[in-house]
Amino acid sequence: MAAKKPGIPSLAELVAKVKSGEIFDEIKKVIVESQIWTSSFRHGYADTPRNRVLQIASNVWLHLHPVKIHRHALRIKFTWCMGGITFLLFLSTVVTGVILMFYYRPVGEYAYFDMKYLQYDVPFGMLMRNMHRWAAHAMVITVWLHMFRVFLTGSYKPPREFNWVIGVFLVTFTLLLSFTGYLLPWDQLAMWAVTVGTNMARATPFLGNEGPFAEYVGVTPRYDARSVLLGGSLVGPPALLRFYVLHCVFIPLVSGALMIVHFWRIRKDGGISGPL
Amino acid sequence: MAAEAPKNKVEGLAEKVHVWPYLVRLEFLCALFTIIGLTVWSIVIDAPLEEAANPTKTPNPSKAPWYFLGLQDILVYFDPWFAGVVAPVLIIVGLMLIPYLDINPKGNGYYTYAERKVAIWVYSFGFLVLWIALIIMGVFLRGPGWNLFMPWQYWDPHKVVALVSVDLPYAFGVRTYEMAMLFGGVVIIGYFALGTAAYLFVERKAIKAVGLLRMLIKVQLYLIMIGIVIKIVLRLGFNIKYVWVTPWFNI
Repeated sequence: MAAKKPGIPSLAELVAKVKSGEIFDEIKKVIVESQIWTSSFRHGYADTPRNRVLQIASNVWLHLHPVKIHRHALRIKFTWCMGGITFLLFLSTVVTGVILMFYYRPVGEYAYFDMKYLQYDVPFGMLMRNMHRWAAHAMVITVWLHMFRVFLTGSYKPPREFNWVIGVFLVTFTLLLSFTGYLLPWDQLAMWAVTVGTNMARATPFLGNEGPFAEYVGVTPRYDARSVLLGGSLVGPPALLRFYVLHCVFIPLVSGALMIVHFWRIRKDGGISGPL
Repeated sequence: MAAEAPKNKVEGLAEKVHVWPYLVRLEFLCALFTIIGLTVWSIVIDAPLEEAANPTKTPNPSKAPWYFLGLQDILVYFDPWFAGVVAPVLIIVGLMLIPYLDINPKGNGYYTYAERKVAIWVYSFGFLVLWIALIIMGVFLRGPGWNLFMPWQYWDPHKVVALVSVDLPYAFGVRTYEMAMLFGGVVIIGYFALGTAAYLFVERKAIKAVGLLRMLIKVQLYLIMIGIVIKIVLRLGFNIKYVWVTPWFNI
């Protein structure tokens, strides 16, 4: 006698399965046991200690964390959450910044009109620009507050001295990121703020043409610390291109690398600081 | 008996907790609120865009981005080589040196004022007064010609401010250039020498434990920080422009 074929279920059977909920369990079983699912998710979701560990340890994004931390590290009153918010704001500027790059050309003739185009013609262009700018400003504030918190809790003390130094680099690069981005709208605000800022470079001792001891080095307005920064003797199109490359490529890469070190060292130095 | 139960419960809690879910859910909530806040802010307030850049039209006042306005304000009291180059470098290097200069083992990983009063005072003064307060002043109170305007005052671009400041040696009656240079040099070098000596004397018992090099660097940074305040007071209170004028640089 031949084996019973898996027949097509009758409508009544199907309705009964839906009513009892049995069909959902069957669908779930098919999905969860499929090759696609099991290759994507290496562990179950049930709330077991093992899964809690695997959730962190087997996830590339979450594995920056240790699997367990001290209870005190959860207190917002202690951490102010400022380091994490700073990182999140950095990621927001990366996402919105990449979108802005699709529409913006760092060329003297085009830059300002691309801004107008972004604001008035690109769908959600104004929102992207606003989010990028406000996230950048907010990031400056949150990174200062993070630093203030780290100071007040004495978290720069051994064994975390080195990570504090990395942090100071990151604060500096945050300001430089914001400053180089300030020029890109290529409006009056941008041009003159950057003029004021970069004018300081010509007063650099030895290396700026108006700085102390410059006469012994022989720097000129066309060839000194400021002209290296601007690619000329005033804030013109070459400066725009330079600041664009620094803003979109160089400083984000360096900051990103330092962030990796910063986060890594938190763990290697024994997690976030706390009473011993 | 009943009152003690919660305490026992707290003591019984594990010292370490799983990151998933306890930390990750906090981070998620934090991220959610931040993103919502950022989105609402960005919908409500537009980023500024002024007229196209024009190198022939200088706005008055021309201000650096707001986070540098503390430094721009120091320009009133110092030449650009100090306010714009040396001061920022000193801030960055000084910050990096903090863990190597402050070797007080107390207050590591918790809030305390009592155990590290000096450290907290110095950092808070530098951050809240010399950095944040000057930024607020630069953003809201500095108008045309970088003159001070109260929030209710009209930003008059033609405001006349008498330039009556003199150099410190002149105020003391020194009239020749060479003597003024000598006078100023003695004042500046004397300030650092006496300040260093006084600090080392007062803290002489700590020299062995802290180390001479550490204390020397620390006191120089303190003296520069105090010196900036002294220079501001001299300028605002006594109309003193420079303390030391040389052919190469002025302080």
